[in-house]
Amino acid sequence: MTWLRGHFVDVLSLAGQHIYLAGVPLVLGLLIALPLGWLACRYKVLYPFLIIGTGLLYTIPSLALFIMLPLLLPTKILDPNNVVVAMTIYTVALLVRTVADGLGAVPDAVNQSATAMGYKRLRRFMSVELPLAVPVISAGLRVAAVSNVSIVSVATLIGVSQLGSLFTDGFSRAFLDPIIVGVVACVLLALLFDVTILLVTRLATPWQRAGSPAA
Amino acid sequence: MINRIITWLADVTHWRGDDGILRRLLEHMEYSVAALVIAALIAIPLGLYIGHTGRGRFVAVSAVGAARAIPSLGLLYLAFFWLAPRLSGEIALLAPAGIVLVVLAIPPILSGAYAGVEGVEPAARDAAVGMGMRGTEVMRHVELPCALPLILSGIRSAMLQVIATATIAAVLGLGGLGRFLIDGLASQDFPQTASGAILVAVLALAVDMVFALVQRSVVSPGLTGRYGKVSL
Repeated sequence: MTWLRGHFVDVLSLAGQHIYLAGVPLVLGLLIALPLGWLACRYKVLYPFLIIGTGLLYTIPSLALFIMLPLLLPTKILDPNNVVVAMTIYTVALLVRTVADGLGAVPDAVNQSATAMGYKRLRRFMSVELPLAVPVISAGLRVAAVSNVSIVSVATLIGVSQLGSLFTDGFSRAFLDPIIVGVVACVLLALLFDVTILLVTRLATPWQRAGSPAA
Repeated sequence: MINRIITWLADVTHWRGDDGILRRLLEHMEYSVAALVIAALIAIPLGLYIGHTGRGRFVAVSAVGAARAIPSLGLLYLAFFWLAPRLSGEIALLAPAGIVLVVLAIPPILSGAYAGVEGVEPAARDAAVGMGMRGTEVMRHVELPCALPLILSGIRSAMLQVIATATIAAVLGLGGLGRFLIDGLASQDFPQTASGAILVAVLALAVDMVFALVQRSVVSPGLTGRYGKVSL
């Protein structure tokens, strides 16, 4: 592990890049998936189209998407933003279904009570439906986070540097240390994302720990 | 741009021969199906066992999460350096790629299997026990058929991921549709790269559709409600 000691700063900066490339799409993807998921849940006719349509996006191999995006976007092939867009697409592909199912699982009686209490549609969505759907959405977000961290490393094949760069570096020099460090760092990063999402979920769902009222 | 891709795909010489599309398609399916079968043979019995007994659930959930976090490309190179000196010939390349795809396919199948068995209604299980079924009979006649929809959807999402990821086998010099991506990227032949990407996506879709049909036909009508709703 002398290699790691000598290159610790490099690995850290690659990890920083990795966090950016995997994390920003997670937020953007969630912001896009929320309205789409709401539409799929609210209008049952749209549900299959939105779910199958976004599901299709996930079948595009990551390497293929990384290569093709610069041709559809006004970006250069080496621009890291291609990766951000690609990862956002994957995040949306995973989350639309989760959001729709999470909102759909909110009990009707709760929605009706909120309406009866005078909540208008937007306010009801923000303060009743969305909070109640948080546990389901968070579960989907955890899957998306872990898979983002893993997929981003493939971007090294198109020359965007992040932890995956350690893989190609090690492979081209037939040197194992960077590859092992890269794999371990990716797994740790995935864990970091996971713990972060769990913490935010915990903060966002105080009612889950409120304990059941005496019957 | 689109025209150049269509021209590339329409060129008959790109379809034939040892490095033609048909051959690559076949290789791609070979890698994917082999990995999926191996993964299913490991993950389904394990998942059924965990779901049935409830034992090792925590270990399974953590392992599944950790396995999902392993970057495929890194694992591919690691497996290559580990196995290449120990094996010879094409197997030295096939084995690392196989390991990566199997590791990728196990988590969704495993979690589908144990979640499926866990989700079986306790009343159905109790009824089976009440009818005199033993553990393995309950498993075969009640739990397995009831868990089938989730097991199959686990296999389905594993299949999608495996087909998409089998492209990286080409990084080691193996065949499969990834060749068009890697070779096209190396020679800056964009139409070839894009065609390769389209072929993989189309293959994934086609296989997914076949799976949807299989799912429809093997799942008990009693579960899908295709007999019509039973009035209680």
